[in-house]
Amino acid sequence: MNMDLNFIWFVLVGVLFTGYAMLDGFDLGVGTLHLFARTDEHRRLFLNSIGPVWDGNEVWLVTGGGALFAAFPEVYATVFSGFYIPFMLLLVALIFRAVAIEFRSKEPWGWWRMMWDVAFSIGSVLAAFLIGVAMGNVVAGVPIRPDREFGGTFLAMLNPYALLLGVTTVALFAMHGGIYLAMKTDGELQQIVRGWIPKLIGIFITCYMCFNMMTLIYCPHILDTVRARPWIMPVVALGVLIVMNIPREIHKGREFNAFASSCAGMGLMMAAFGLTYFPNMLYSLPNPENSLTIYNAASTQKTLGIMLIIAVLGVPLVLAYTACIYYIFRGKTRLTAQSY
Amino acid sequence: MDVEILSRVQFAFTVAFHYLYPPLSIGLGVALVIMEGMWLKTGNPLYHNMARFWTRIFALTFAIGVATGIVMEFEFGTNWATYSRFVGDIFGSALAAEGIFAFFLESGFLAVLLFGWNKVGPKLHFFATCMVCLGAHFSAVWIVVANSWMQTPAGYHLESLSGGETVILPAAHVITEGDLGTVRAVVDNFWVMVLNPSSIDRLTHVVLGAWMAGAFLVVSISAYYLLRNRHVDFARASLKVGVAFAGVATMMQMVSADTTAKGVVKNQPIKLAAMEGVFETVPFTPMTLFGWVNTKEENVIGPKIPGLLSVLAFGDPETPVQGLNELPSDEFLLTRHPDTPTANLAELRKTYHPPIQPVFQFYHVMITVGVALFGIVIVAGLKWLRGTLFRTDTVLRKAFLWVLVFSVLGPQIANQAGWFAAEMGRQPWIVYNLLKTSDALSKVVAAGHVLTSLILFLLVYLLLFAAFVFLMTRKIQHGPDSAEESEEMPESWKRRIRLKSAKA
Repeated sequence: MNMDLNFIWFVLVGVLFTGYAMLDGFDLGVGTLHLFARTDEHRRLFLNSIGPVWDGNEVWLVTGGGALFAAFPEVYATVFSGFYIPFMLLLVALIFRAVAIEFRSKEPWGWWRMMWDVAFSIGSVLAAFLIGVAMGNVVAGVPIRPDREFGGTFLAMLNPYALLLGVTTVALFAMHGGIYLAMKTDGELQQIVRGWIPKLIGIFITCYMCFNMMTLIYCPHILDTVRARPWIMPVVALGVLIVMNIPREIHKGREFNAFASSCAGMGLMMAAFGLTYFPNMLYSLPNPENSLTIYNAASTQKTLGIMLIIAVLGVPLVLAYTACIYYIFRGKTRLTAQSY
Repeated sequence: MDVEILSRVQFAFTVAFHYLYPPLSIGLGVALVIMEGMWLKTGNPLYHNMARFWTRIFALTFAIGVATGIVMEFEFGTNWATYSRFVGDIFGSALAAEGIFAFFLESGFLAVLLFGWNKVGPKLHFFATCMVCLGAHFSAVWIVVANSWMQTPAGYHLESLSGGETVILPAAHVITEGDLGTVRAVVDNFWVMVLNPSSIDRLTHVVLGAWMAGAFLVVSISAYYLLRNRHVDFARASLKVGVAFAGVATMMQMVSADTTAKGVVKNQPIKLAAMEGVFETVPFTPMTLFGWVNTKEENVIGPKIPGLLSVLAFGDPETPVQGLNELPSDEFLLTRHPDTPTANLAELRKTYHPPIQPVFQFYHVMITVGVALFGIVIVAGLKWLRGTLFRTDTVLRKAFLWVLVFSVLGPQIANQAGWFAAEMGRQPWIVYNLLKTSDALSKVVAAGHVLTSLILFLLVYLLLFAAFVFLMTRKIQHGPDSAEESEEMPESWKRRIRLKSAKA
């Protein structure tokens, strides 16, 4: 594993998608829990807890996609054309969600708000689920033809393993969003949300365990790699420990720490996945020799170099003002005249 | 219907719909900077209310712009995978730069712009407004650069990846069917690629078009309030900002239009010939003001001004503008189709022409609307000087305000028509003279899939548009808050602003 440009971009693309999962993860999670809030005021508080940040969070997906296109165009082309239907559904889900956030509170009518509440919630659940299903297929491997085109079908993508990861992703984001809500609310609503969190954690951990078991059965290639790279195990173990830390922090009423643990847990899961999957970008099954790797699917060294300069200039700026914005909007959510 | 048609329709539809919104964000972004800047300078609460009101309109256009923009990024890969493989090395870096420099900037500071009124001080808020405006402009930069590269590729070479070995291909290499998926364009020189021959012209043209879209929206809504005799002080002040901004943008656009067209003459003569409906290459090439292209008889029916096109293109009435009958050249055709008998060249040539009728019509719609808008801002400016612009006491004055109300459609129509002319005029190429659109599709996507997604987009966008129009109308009906209320400005802001105005 040498530190070449391809490797750096493998890490950077991973970082962007992990950032997306951590950030948009909580607002998709808030969407998943949205309908469980009973009163209009509570739902508005839910929406406004993510109000200032959700479209910034979605930009991580845009930039992750852009970086994938730029650094590994073959992977981008194969995955996006191969996963045509799920990705189109993902787009529709994201659009509905965005529009629902924007439009819901603009009218007082009950049916209007209910309609957008449902759109927001279904959009969020569907987006999380589809991201998980797509991810599940990437992990398990998909058929790739010698001409680097996707050789599978839509129905085959809906295999039990991918579906399980879809459900696990919904559970993960719901838990993540629940913890975020506990951080951003107070009073009665915070008590309600706190009541949900143990259940959400329970559901996620159950899914997560099942998913890990399934990986052992379903993905022999992952197992082989882990055997060959035993140093991945500590990363996995650390991830499990961090996830287990979430209920502990919640129990002690330290929501921020719980949220940080949830973020770190996602980061470690993605890291473990990246370390195992490397150098593949899209594993081919049943013909592993057709796999797209960070070397055979990358842009030229020149482009990777130019983009590294762009990233070195831009990413610190992005992180700095993202942090500033979260700082400006710290504290509990309040409804004001500009609220959704 | 086949995948090609469906994918073309889907892309055209989704991008045209998307493009209703970014120009408004870019143009309104500038307007917001002006308004909030004037407020900070004068301390007049009227400007505060203006900034507040137009921020609410901005938020609406921005949200839909983001939501429909993600679709565009996905579609390069989902529907045009072969294109993505071909241009990834070039197009991708522009797209990544757009994400990192533009989108993060825009969406990050948007939070402060929309929700930060009570959280940060006035200067920091103004800074956020400026950053949102800058981000919106940056996003135009990178996407127009990428699109311009597709019009006038530069700073690249082709390479073949077949058999695991990279072979650099000569500049004259012609892409054949066997090359698809293995040959790609790669960057030679980043800055030559970014500053390709059409980048600057087209970027200027696009940004000015966006400014016009934003400015005329301000003009339109303000004129509406005057006609309805509501929020009159607000409407006057807004109309002044709008007309001034529209005036500057439209004047500059006239210059930019000329430069852009001259660039097309030089870089894409076929596109120009199609836009102007030039078939024969003759000196004193006339310009058709409007008309109908008779593709069979290869002429255009309509009023013509002799020599005008030659003058506009070359500054000399005698220099002929090349017509479609000799474009592309025989040499170009023979390199791509060696051994073609001379007699067949004329037929073959036509396969390298864009669809002439729509390109001609879209182009002429853009020009006509552009000139009409120019006329409107001139009249508005004169009326402003004479003090009659804001009055509603005669039918004629009212009628002109109604013209201003509907002028908001002008830049939208011109922007759409201009893009259709530009993109259809590039056909049959997706990357000019390198890769054909018909060769750029995703190989594994079936017509049924695209039809499904197309129907899905039609439905979703119809709903989206209905909701947008509805909410926009509501916001306009609600209007700005009155100057006395000076809504919810925190005490600390008021103090600072008051100090400022006391000093002034």
